[in-house]
Parts: sequence; C-alpha cells; structure tokens
Amino acid sequence: MAAQTVLQKLEILADAAKYDASCASSGTAKKNSLGGKGIGSTEGMGICHAYAPDGRCISLLKILLTNHCVFDCHYCVNRKSSNVARARFSPQEVVDLTLAFYRRNYVEGLFLSSGIVKSSNHTMEQIVEVARILREEHDFRGYIHLKTIPEADPEIVHQAGLYADRVSINVELPTDSGLTRLAPDKNARQIEGAMGKVKADLVEAKDARKRFKHAPRFAPAGQSTQMIVGADAATDADIVGKASRLYGNFRLRRVYYSAFSPIPDASAVLPLKRPPLIREHRLYQSDWLMRFYGYKPADVMQATEADGNLPLDIDPKLAWALKFREAFPVDVNRASKEQLLRVPGLGVKAVGKILASRRHRALRLDDVARLTQSITKVRPFICTVDWRPVTLTDRADLRSLLAPKSEQLELFAA
Amino acid sequence: MTALQHVKLGTYYVVNLPEADDFDFWRERARALVQCEVPPDRIAWVEPGGSGDLFSHGERRMPVAPMDARPVRANRRFVSLAKNAILHSDPERFALLYRLLWRLQSNPRMMEDKADLDVRRVEELDKNVRRDSHKMHAFVRFRLVESEDEEVGEHYVAWFEPEHHILRANAGFFMRRFSNMRWSILTPRGSLHWDTETMSEGPPAERHDAPGGDPMEDLWRTYYASIFNPARLKIGAMLKEMPKKYWKNMPEAALIPNLIAGAQGREAKMVEKGALEFEERPDTLAAIDKAIHGCRKCPIGQLDNHAVMGEGPRDAALMIVGEQPGDQEDQTGRPFVGPAGQLLDAHLEKVGIDRRAAYVTNAVKHFKYVQRGKRRLHQNPGAKEIDTCRWWIESEREIVKPKLVLAMGASAARGMLGKTVSISKVRGAPIPLEDGSELWVTAHPSYLLRLDGPAREEQARLFDADLAAVRERLAELA
Repeated sequence: MAAQTVLQKLEILADAAKYDASCASSGTAKKNSLGGKGIGSTEGMGICHAYAPDGRCISLLKILLTNHCVFDCHYCVNRKSSNVARARFSPQEVVDLTLAFYRRNYVEGLFLSSGIVKSSNHTMEQIVEVARILREEHDFRGYIHLKTIPEADPEIVHQAGLYADRVSINVELPTDSGLTRLAPDKNARQIEGAMGKVKADLVEAKDARKRFKHAPRFAPAGQSTQMIVGADAATDADIVGKASRLYGNFRLRRVYYSAFSPIPDASAVLPLKRPPLIREHRLYQSDWLMRFYGYKPADVMQATEADGNLPLDIDPKLAWALKFREAFPVDVNRASKEQLLRVPGLGVKAVGKILASRRHRALRLDDVARLTQSITKVRPFICTVDWRPVTLTDRADLRSLLAPKSEQLELFAA
Repeated sequence: MTALQHVKLGTYYVVNLPEADDFDFWRERARALVQCEVPPDRIAWVEPGGSGDLFSHGERRMPVAPMDARPVRANRRFVSLAKNAILHSDPERFALLYRLLWRLQSNPRMMEDKADLDVRRVEELDKNVRRDSHKMHAFVRFRLVESEDEEVGEHYVAWFEPEHHILRANAGFFMRRFSNMRWSILTPRGSLHWDTETMSEGPPAERHDAPGGDPMEDLWRTYYASIFNPARLKIGAMLKEMPKKYWKNMPEAALIPNLIAGAQGREAKMVEKGALEFEERPDTLAAIDKAIHGCRKCPIGQLDNHAVMGEGPRDAALMIVGEQPGDQEDQTGRPFVGPAGQLLDAHLEKVGIDRRAAYVTNAVKHFKYVQRGKRRLHQNPGAKEIDTCRWWIESEREIVKPKLVLAMGASAARGMLGKTVSISKVRGAPIPLEDGSELWVTAHPSYLLRLDGPAREEQARLFDADLAAVRERLAELA
C-alpha cells in the first residue's frame, strides 16, 4: 500500500475527531506575538473561523494524532474492533499543519486528541511533544487544547497542562454502569481521579502565580469534559445531577454534551436510533440556567417530566415556570433580579436592561417589548404599569400557546 | 458677530468629516457645537463621498465657543459606544451621536435608560460594528504569495469586504496576532499592510488585486468537509453565524451545498437499507428466533448456514453460553448437539447439573466456517462479529433473566462482557453483571476435545471444578 499523503491522513483523522463536541477557544490568558519570534494571540474572546452545516463552530484544528486504538469502547468509531480506515500523523506533521492553517487565519489553534497506541503513557508523550514543538520551537502563542488520557502518568499530564491553554478528560457516559457496559476498558474512578489531579494542579499554579509573577501558567483556560447523551439509559435528571457534581468537584469550565450520533460501523450494543438533537440542546439550556441564571440542579430536576427527562417541546425555563405558576406574574418594576431571571423569555441581558431602565421610568409593556426578543413569550409571566395577565397564568392550555410551532423550520432555513 | 448670534439667526452648519471613521475629529467639532448651543437639527454631518451638495448654502466655518462656555459632559459609557458606533456605515450616525451628546448635557444618566429610542439605536450600531469586527477576525482568509526575491520572503494577502468602516480599527488585532508575518488586508474601503515592523495604509482595492488561491486551501477544504458530522444537520444554526454574504470570500463555503445534499442522501440511504431493524428489542423468544434467521448484520450471516436459537426453559436459573453453532448444530438447528455438546452433556451429568433445566445458547447465532472440499471447517468469530451478535444474547437474557450465566470460552465471555478476557485469569470466581445476575467463565468443551493425555486430564479437572462451583452457587442462589 502506498504511503498516505497528509491530505488522506487529515481526512481520516479529522473525521475521527468530529464526535468531540468542544471547539471553544475562549477564556484563556491574554497573549500576543509582539516581541516574540512566532505567531499567535488569544484575546479572551473565542473566535469561530467557520461553521459547518451541522451548526457547530470551527475554531480549532481538531484532529486525532492517530485513530489506532487498543481500547474497545462501543460508542467510539475508533474502537479496536471497528473496521474504519486508520491513519497516524507524526508530531511534526501536526505542527506543520497547525502553523499553515494559523498563518492563513483558518483557526485559533489546535485541539489534539488521540487513540491509544502502544500504551497510555506513550500516547500522552506524543501529544505533549506536539505542544512542545509548537510552543518551544515555533514560539506559537495561539490556543492549544489537549485531550489527556486518564490512564497516563500524572507527570506527563502535568506537562500537557504547562503547554496547553485547556486540558480535558472525557467522562464519556453519565452513569458508571453505562461506562462499564459501553467502555469496558475504562474506569470511572480512574477518570475522576485524573480530573481531581488536574484540578489540584490548576489550584496550585494559580496560587503560585499570586506569589511569583513568573510562575508557569497551568492550563489557563481550565479543564472541561464531555458526556455522551442517549447511548445509555441515563435520564436528563441523572445527567444534570452528574454535571453539577462535576462542576462542583473538579472546577470544570464546561461540561459538553454530545448527542450520541449513529456512527459508521456501529456496535450492535448501541441504540441505532439517534436521540433527538433537541435533547442535547435542552441539556445545554439547563446548563446555562445553572451557570448564569442562579438555578440549582434541584430546580432543573423539578422541570423534568415523570420519566426524568426534560420536555423536548419547550425549554427547561418555561417548563419550570409552568410547574411553578404561583411564582408569577412578576412585577418588572419591583421584582428582584433573581425573580426576573426566572421569567421565561427574559435573558440575562434583558434583565440587566430592565434593572437599569426602571430607575428612569415606570416600565410599560411597550418598553419591555423593546428590551426583549419576544414579548409574546414574556407577557403571561409579568406585570407592568399597564399590563397584568389576568387569567393567562391559570390557563391549562398555556403550554400549547407558548410552545414553539416551528419544528419544521430548520429544514427550510437554507 | 459672535458665535451665539449665528445660532440665533438660524444658521445651518455643515461639518465635512475628513474620514468616515474619524472619531477624534467628530468629537472636537461636536464639543465646540454643543458649547455654542447649536441644536442637533441645525447641523449636517457629511462624510467623504456623502451627499454634501444638498447643503451648499450651509455655514462651513465652525462657530467659536465663548470663553465662559460650560464644559461638555459625556460619560464613559457614551464615549465607548460612540467610538464604535461611528464606524457604522449608517450616514445618520454622526447626527445620532450629536443628538445623544446634546441630550446628555441635561440628563447625564440618560445612557442607562435602555428603553430610550436614541440609546437603543446607538447600542444597535455598536452591536453591528462589534459583530462586523468579530466576523472580520474570523473570516479573513490569507493567501500566500511567494516572492522571487529571497529577502522579501513570504507575503500573506487577504481580500475582505467589511460592511462597516472597521478596517483601521482592527489593524491592531491582526498586528498582535501575526506580528512576525508580512501581510496585507485589501478591502473596497482601503487596505492595510504590515511588514513585521510598521503598519501602512493603502487605497481601496479590488478583488483581483488579491491572489486567487492558495495550495493549502485543498487541505482546509478537506478538513472542513471531514469535521462536519452529517448525522446532525443544523443549517439554520450555521446560517445565523455565517451568513451567506461572507461565503464568496471563504474557500470552504463552496462545499456547503454538496455537504448538505450528501448528508440528506446518506440518511435516506440508511433508512432505505433498514439499518434501524434493531431499533426495538424483541420481547419473546419466538420473536428472537424469527429475527435471527433474517439477521445479516455481519458477514457470518451471509454464509450458507442457518441460525440456531437457544433452547431450554423460559425461566431457567442457569444460562449456558457457548461460542457458535458447529456443523451439526447448523444442520439440526439445535445448540450443543455435536461432539462438543456431547462432551458437555457428559461433564454436566458427572457434576450433577441437569441440562434440561438450563437455557443453552450461543454468543454467535450462525455457524462461521471455510469450505474445504466437502467439509466446512469451523472458524472463530471475530470480535466485531461477537459484538454485533451481542444484541441477540442480551435480548435472550432480558427474557429468560437467569440468575447465573456460565460463559464457555473467550468468545462467549466477550459476548457477555463486551471485552476480551483471559479465561485462566477470570475462571473460578463470579463477575457481577449489571442486571444483578452473575457471570462465571470457563473453557469451551471443544478446547478439551483438541487436547490429549495429561493436558486433557488437567483441563477436564478444571472444567469439572468450574461446573461444580456453578452448581454450588446455583444452590445458594435458589
């Protein structure tokens, strides 16, 4: 067989990487290439250099070093027993590709992951070597996200954190039993142990920088993780609970959800029917509620239906409001920030605008309409000087009145 | 005549701005006009290329502010918004900003009133400009121009069409990012050139001034097509963030229509092929029996053979799992009737396990073989084939709900665990399964058949010991 070209390898190894949801390049330390020998900058805000037709942001060159793997995780297209085409990049090839893409402003940097070849340590060393060449030999100051392997030696993982902006370890599945069943070579305790070690390193590096200005940075964009949704029987309540424990225990920046998508050459243990994409969306919405709207995991769980899952036809915030109608209507001219944040249809920005504006005028419904995306959605839940939803919050069919009717739109949006 | 008299006479002022994005110039003029109390409706702001002729009778000399004029007040929020909003392409922006500045003098906290129409408009302009800048950071695509002159080296050139006057304001971003690279950004409103040390500005350019391609774009397009997951199509989400107006200057965008069409095609094909046949688990043994006969999910199912269903009581406490049917099983349609089955029966009887009370089945439902003349030679199933067939053995387990599963051989163990284990390491002790039952692993009887002499005796002893342990455990569980 003729040797594969870089183009052929890229095709295989980018294809293999696409099941990782994260592509974020935000929230890292500010740096630029002025006064350096190389290129690159990160200025806080992430940049999406393109969007694929799956609606996802392309911010980083997201590839695997190799898709050869000694593990046999059923949900993974690269598992040992799958017969996909295999390829392997050398660290130098990844470096060259990253720099060539970066110079043309295609990407913010690199997101490198890998199948496990030879051993976990060997693989992790190869990943770190790519980052080392980029940072040390080319003075690359763009964004680097390294996937770390929980089974690898903590010392090598620590090295990864010194070069990378972000490190991540995937918890893979929301329940331990799901992991045992679908990822028989992985171990939940080992994964959480590795995340705990990274957290300790993050805390220590931050502490050191407080005392010594030149202490080395350790993954300034923190650590994140990913969970696959819909491959096992976990309900949304399970998932939300797991995510909030992870946020709490490991200081994660983000928990990513990836709706299980039928992979080519799938293992028969998996459901072949894909979970609705909207489920992933609802989980992200609940994640937002917990991170920016002051909802507790218990609040989100209260919004789930009898089967433990969030309703798919309406968003979790509306679902919560419909269950707790006694908390409404909220008077926009008097209510606290916390109360306003619970109103379906009012975002964090709109609430900020309401709080600022009401110091200058008593808000009328028209004023609120100017500050929000859609007044129809908000109206049943608020009072203004000239508006009070007399019977609306008591109506039994409120849900159907407010549920979006645009299911079909997406297909025709193009 | 003093400045204030001009105003009282109803003078109409015309301010010609030297550049469309010159905030400092606007600020200086606006400050003077406010001090002279010139109301907003008496000023026309004209940018280069704007319609200045309409105001040919206006006063072009600026009024001079009286010495005792009050200082002009503007808070930080206004200044930061104005700096950005002035880059907008809306010709009304100067007048809007002046009106806001004018109103701010009597209501210094007006910027907080988000329901005010002028405040809303300036925030909208600011937002549009920030978005345009952000999209410029994202969608500029450099193309390499290799110079023959060694000293000049590589030069990266981009063509971009911003919606607003944002080019100069974003020079710093590209300088900080590509400080050691020679680059130029050409736009219809002007151009920027960085030579690794200094920035220079050039006149408006046209598309053909920039290079038409770059060899790296093939790789980039390959990446773009490969990173896209066709199982999840969200075209609306893509269009929202990457509107079509940007597509013409992005090399990867040409692929989008085909990627979308291809994705829908692939999904349609999946449905057509009936790839979803595993969707519902069969809920009776008869349904499994029927379904396995039609199963063609792996290459074994394509051979000339017959599926062999497990047999035994529907509520058996013990499930015995072998590897796959052999030649005789394939012909009779019953599990464990060939030489290995007979050996198994002998050992079960010796240990005191009643085969008729157990549910006996296989990890793989079809016979895998290679044809050698008239004979069909047994072949071990591959890991993938076992995993594919796991669906059926799991369906059987779900119905029979055995308390104890005895897996014989590595294939059977994989069928239960999903991973390959070493028999010698795991035999003799229970492995808990997630449904609360337990798994015991032992060798396959056909392994004994292949041995001779003392080795066979030793293995037979171990086999019996495993069976005895299972019998004991079953008694405990009963």
